[in-house]
This record gives sequence, C-alpha cells and structure tokens, in this order.
Amino acid sequence: MSNNAALNFVKKNTMIIALVAVIILFSVTTSGKILLPQNINNLISQNGYVFVLATGMLLCILTGGNIDLSVGSVVCFTGGIGAILMSRGVPMIAAVLVMLAVGLAVGMFQGFWIAWISVPPFIATLAGMYAFRGLSNVVLGGYSVGINNTAFLRVFGGGAECYIPDFLHGSSLNLTCMAVGIITAALFVILSLRGHAVRNKKGIGSGNALGNMAKLVVICALIVWITYKLAQYKGIPSVLVWIALILLLYGYITGNTAIGRYFYAVGGNEKATRLSGVNTKLVYFIAYANMGLLAGFAGILAVARGGHAEPTYGQGYEMDAIAACFIGGASAYGGVGKITGVIIGAALMGVINQGMSIMGISANYQSAVKGIVLLVAVLVDVLSKKEKA
Amino acid sequence: MAKILLEMKNITKTFPGVKALDNVNLKVEEGEIHALVGENGAGKSTLMNVLSGIYPYGTYEGDIIYNGETCKFNTIKDSEGKGIVIIHQELALVPEMSIGENMYLGNERGSKSRIDWDTTYVEADKYLKMVGLSESSKVLVKEIGTGKQQLVEIAKALAKNAKLLILDEPTSSLNEEDSKALLDLMLGFKKQGMTMIIITHKLNEVSYVADKITVVRDGSTIETIDNAGHNIDEDRIIKGMVGREITNRFPKRENVKIGEINMEVSGWTVHHPLYPERVVVDNVSMNVRKGEVVGIYGLMGAGRTELAMSIFGQSYGILTAGSLKINGQEVKLKKTPTDAIKHKIAYVTEDRKGNGLVLSQSIKVNTSLANLDSLASKTVIDKDKEYLVAEDYREKLKIKTPSVEQLVGNLSGGNQQKVLLAKWMFTEPDILILDEPTRGIDVGAKYEIYCIINDLAAAGKSVIMISSELPEVLAMSDRIYIMNAAKIVGEMKASEATQENIMAAILKSGRGD
Repeated sequence: MSNNAALNFVKKNTMIIALVAVIILFSVTTSGKILLPQNINNLISQNGYVFVLATGMLLCILTGGNIDLSVGSVVCFTGGIGAILMSRGVPMIAAVLVMLAVGLAVGMFQGFWIAWISVPPFIATLAGMYAFRGLSNVVLGGYSVGINNTAFLRVFGGGAECYIPDFLHGSSLNLTCMAVGIITAALFVILSLRGHAVRNKKGIGSGNALGNMAKLVVICALIVWITYKLAQYKGIPSVLVWIALILLLYGYITGNTAIGRYFYAVGGNEKATRLSGVNTKLVYFIAYANMGLLAGFAGILAVARGGHAEPTYGQGYEMDAIAACFIGGASAYGGVGKITGVIIGAALMGVINQGMSIMGISANYQSAVKGIVLLVAVLVDVLSKKEKA
Repeated sequence: MAKILLEMKNITKTFPGVKALDNVNLKVEEGEIHALVGENGAGKSTLMNVLSGIYPYGTYEGDIIYNGETCKFNTIKDSEGKGIVIIHQELALVPEMSIGENMYLGNERGSKSRIDWDTTYVEADKYLKMVGLSESSKVLVKEIGTGKQQLVEIAKALAKNAKLLILDEPTSSLNEEDSKALLDLMLGFKKQGMTMIIITHKLNEVSYVADKITVVRDGSTIETIDNAGHNIDEDRIIKGMVGREITNRFPKRENVKIGEINMEVSGWTVHHPLYPERVVVDNVSMNVRKGEVVGIYGLMGAGRTELAMSIFGQSYGILTAGSLKINGQEVKLKKTPTDAIKHKIAYVTEDRKGNGLVLSQSIKVNTSLANLDSLASKTVIDKDKEYLVAEDYREKLKIKTPSVEQLVGNLSGGNQQKVLLAKWMFTEPDILILDEPTRGIDVGAKYEIYCIINDLAAAGKSVIMISSELPEVLAMSDRIYIMNAAKIVGEMKASEATQENIMAAILKSGRGD
C-alpha cells in the first residue's frame, strides 16, 4: 500500500520532481552557479513574459486544446505602439492604457471570429500572427525604437534600477525583500490554516492532514528561500510583482469563480455545458479576448525589459507559452490544467534555458533540449492516463 | 454432441487493483449461438477482449483452446487470422468513407503499392447482399442509418472470413424492427454453420436467438443454461445476473396526488436544423400535471428527443409553430437552455456522455454546473457550499463513490446517470424531462433510478419520461403518450395500456420514415 502511495505521489507531482531534478542537475554541472542570487533574479526577469502569456494561453487551451498563435506578433505590435507613443512624449499611464486596450481589442477581434463565426482558432490566430507581425513593422517603420521614459522602465522592469527600493536600508541584505517574503509566507500559512479550520467546522474533510502540512511547509520554505536569494542581490525585481499579481489573480479566477469553472466545463464537454445553460460562445470569446489583453501586458514587459521595441520582438513567444502549459500538465484536449502547472512549466523551461546558457551550450542545442522536454512531459501525461484506462 | 469449437479455461485477468475475471470457463459448440449475459462491469467485454487478443497472451492466466489448439494471440490480427472476429458495441466505421472502403480498412485488397478498387467494391457488394443490404458499397457510411451501419459491420466481419463471430450488444442502438432483422440474420448464419457469441442486456433477444446462455457476474461464470426450447425462465437469469432474487423490477408508486396541469404544449412543430424541409416534430400537443409521471413511448427516431430538446429552450431544431404554457401562462422561451432552466424546466439527456456530463471533472463540479449561480455571489463560487450540496445528493441518490471529488469518467454508467440526475435536481425544476433515464445501466441501478423518479413525482414535480422500453413505460407512468414518425399517435391511461394496444397504436398510424 505504501508502495502504491509513493507511486501515486510521483504520478501526481511528476513535473515538480522533474523541476527539482533539473535544478539539481544544473547545480552540479554549473558547480552551483545557477543558484547564485543574480541568476535567480535573471531567471525571473528574463521569463516574465512566459508566465504572463502562458496564463492567458492556459485559458484558451482549457476550452478544448485551442491555442493562440498570434501572441508573439501581438506582443510586438502593442510594444511597438507603446514605444512610438512614449517616444513622442505621451505619458506613461496613457501609453500603458493604450497598449492594454490595443491588446484587448486584438483579442476581441480574434475571439469574435472564433466564438461566433466558428473559424477554427488555429486559423484565426494564424491569420493574426501574420497580420500583426506585418502591422508591427508598419508601426515601427521597420526600425528599432528606443524608450527613454524612465518611470516606465522602472515600473515594468527594464534596466538596472527596476527593483523595489529597500525602505528598511539593510546593508548587505535587502531587508524590504526579506520582510515581504516572510510576510507572504506568514499570510499564506494563516489563510490556509483558517481555510482548513472553516472546512472542518462545516464537516468537510480537508484531505490528508500530514500531506497538507508538508505542502504548506515546502511552499513557505520556497517563498522565503527565493526572497532570501533576491535580497542578497538587489531585492525584488518589479517584474516579479507583476507576475505574482497576475498568477494570483488568474489562479483565483480559474479556481474560484463561475467563469473560471466554465473554461474547464467547455473544454471537458462543450455540448453538456451548453445544455446546462452556459453561453459557451461567450466563454470562447472571453478566453481569446483575455489572451489579447495579457499579450498586450506581455508587450509592456517585453519592451520595458529591452528598453526599446523592434519589429522582430516576440517571435516564438507563443510557442514558449504553449509549451509551458503542456509541460505544466494542461491537456491537449482541453478541460484539464492549472495555473500552478503553468508556473512549474514556465519555471522548468526557464531553468533549462538558464542552466545551459551558464554552461555555455549554444542556443541551437537549447532549443533541441526544450523540444525533447516538451515531448517527454506530454508522454508522461499520456502514458499515465493510458494506465488508468 | 457437436464439436467444441472454443473453450476458454480458467481465465483470470487482473487490472491494477481489480480482478476483472476470476477463473472464467466458457465452452462454445460449433454452429451454435451462445449468449453471454450479465450486468455492466460483470466482465463480458473483458472476456471477449481476452479472446480476440486485445489483451495479449501473457497478460491473463488460463488457456484459450480454439479448434483443438491452444491459442496465444498477441494482436487482433492473430485472432482474426483464425477466423475469430469481434464486432464492438460502438460502431467502428469512418463516416466520410464509403461502405467498401470501411469494410476493407486495414485489410485492403490488392498489392502493397496499389489498392485494387474494382475487387474491393465487387467483393464488398457480395458480402452486403449476404447481410441483406441492397446499397452499393460505394455509398458513404454517413449516408445510411444506424441499423444499416450495424449490418455493414457484420458484412465487414464476414469479409474477414469469420468462423466465430462475436457481437457485443449489437442491438443497443437499433430500433425494434432493425433489431429483429438483425437477430433473424444471425439465425440465418447459424443455418449455414456459423458459430456466434452474442453479448446483450436484452433477455427477450437472448430467449429468441440463443442456444445456450452463460451468465456472468462479478468476473465469474455463474451458470450455463440450455435454451434449446427457447423458453427460458427470465427470473432465473436475472437472479443469476444480480445475485439475488428480484421480487419487483419496479418500485410501487406511493402518495400519488395528481394536481393541475403544469406544462402544456400545443401545435408544437419543429423542423430539422440542417434540412429545414424535414419535419421532426409534427403538430404535437401534450400536457403534464403536477405530481404526474407521463411516459412518452416511441421507437428511436420517432421524434421524442427532438420534442424534448425543442421544449428545452429550442436546443434542437427550428420551432415553426406551437405554444408552450407553464402553470396556465403562455411563455415564449428564448432560444437558449438558460431561459428554460429559469422557467424550472430540466432536460436530462439520453446521451449522458455526449450531452450530459463533463467526464474529466469531479462529481462535485458536474452536480453544480447547471446552477452555479445559486452557489456564487458576484461570480465567486462558495466551494464549501458546493461540496456540501454534492455530498447531499451523493447520499440522497446513493451514488457509489468514495468521494465527490472523484472524476465522473471513473464511475459506472448507473452512477454517472445518478450524477446527471443530481445535476438537474439541483436546478430545482418543477418539470423534469427524462430522456431514456435507464439506458445502458444495470438492473440494480435501474431500480434505484425508478425510486428517484417516484420520489420526484411524490414531491409534486411533473415528470416526463421518454423511453423505448415498454415494460418500463407501462410500470412507471400514470399516463402514456405514444409517438411515431414525428407525431403523437395515441394517449392512454397507464391502467388501460398494454403492450398490445400500444404497439397497435403505432402500427395503425402507419410507418413513416
């Protein structure tokens, strides 16, 4: 029986185990360099866009394995518009709002065809991929456009000063960062324990108490460890704040709201969902409109990090987002997948990129390895399902 | 005594955690029709999968002796090579391909580099004639009805030189006429010396066609009954299947208090969504009272499901005429199920996997899906309340599962049907339309579903029960409508209805198609 339980544990947490294994592997091959504070900081800053895009992509994939191929182009398009606006002296807030609005409008445009005209998502977004890549070129006039709005760069994470300032003025350690980490962990513990207490009171079992406790401890330790590492460098990168906000928000939406539930239901059985009185077309529309909005946001992060916009930005971003979802356990048929999976998938890809970069392996091999990881991840998923049947 | 063609000896097959077959023995004589009966999950299909090599040699224990030699099949090809051909319950035809292409799929005529289409179609036509089909083998499969598709499956099996034909629930999607034709075809093959194994739920079919009957329960063979006289004792078989005496297949209705008319449709006419010139529901008028169970009996394709779904927010077809009154008030429902649910109508589909349940989600999620609003304030779901609701229905409807977090896809058919009922009961409807509520579920679960229906009626709900099982309609209903070829062709009180006068009403109305 305990043998079975262990097997179950491995099956349920395959990708977490893989992530840990990969980190250990790279710690050895890079003689610990991958765990240096600066590298952990870079891992987060460089992959901000993957977390944001994969979150949006997850909702599309949930509705039935549908993907959005246009996001890379949309990132470039919205980023380009923002760069042009700011280079002409438009204030940051206005520029950001315009970029988000453009992203949302693009998403709604594509969502309209997909939801109400029944254009297959693959084709509708393939069209968008070409169209918005071209329009990005038009907007930027084919040139790279620099951004010198420092407020924008600081808030969205470009350059050297894009960190939350240390209000507590620690000497070698960024105390603000540490404090945030500890408070977050404490809040997490309090909320979880309260949840358990409430459920116990109502007579709802909350599962394996020991397992829950272990999970709580691991997650808190992870939060504190990451903030400790970041505190040793320059503190919390501003992009981390945005990533955390988005992941928390969408984790909540998918787990606790009616609309979140409908993404799963539509992907699991569209007809049954429609006959349950749910407007399924609206669900598709929202998935793609939201994807556009998040692509717009990723556009903001991308140009802020680069400090400029250029017509080739965002190429292949859609594939990174899709891969993160599938590695994170989303089903290619829809209806299954979680935000926590997205976090793990995106992190795994980031760690692999970073680890190989530190080792000095060429980008070509990195791509090949990513491909293999994706295949293996999906393989594990498929095989474990086959066993059940 | 005739020669034993097939003997399966002490077959044991285990899946992780489950013993699906436990020391099963089966003997089939040459030239007989052998019926395998048993409840869902009893192990009939597993046994046939062992025989046909779907579970290869080595994954089970025991011996298969066919035609005097011990067989070690590794793939379906191996067993088919010996002439053992299985026809599965779900039709395995490609709709967009022709009949001929389907028949030789994976078994193509001609050489490796070129398919010989002339031979393919000539041979296919020959086998089609043998099963009594006059269609050309060049017709696309999607253009013929389900009944004929089943015959194509048989022709396909014959094309593989079948000596032992296994039919897994061959009539489950056929109407009575097509079923009868199929069974007669089997008897015809028997005369020509073919050996057949038929797996079925329907005891009348078993009685009609089988020479021997083997009862399977919980992975073991209970007994083999000789049916040479074709006059078996159904109670004996049912007892063997469920392991206890079934004194009453239908629970008694208690507290029958029939009130006022709750819902009434008149002049209801619906056209086919894709071929608007086809009328699928023709000028139907009917009503249901509070606390009443109204049965709608009709064969498949009579327009029953179409009628029900068109009432349920026009979720099927184009409504061209007719009015709907609820509680005496005429209402015009918008073209969406949402509006129907608001007016306290629930439609429990006949197709629980296709139209009813999200198999990849938990019992809890399925239970709450049609009425999430009642659990959510400003779209945030109260998940604790949701859990308690699901738990409540699990107890009330006796859904057998360790937890409501269990995925619905892992449940048995009977339990899935109960989850589907729970989902619609949770919308607190006044009018429930149950479309084939007991299709494909075993005797025990059926009884429990009947109890639920009776409870609903006793609580003052109006229940419309659509069914193609006559005994069920007769035993459960207060009043019966008979539907044929898109029309209501008869209405009678349950006390006056008999199998004979219901069938007579259908025959008198003439057969439309």
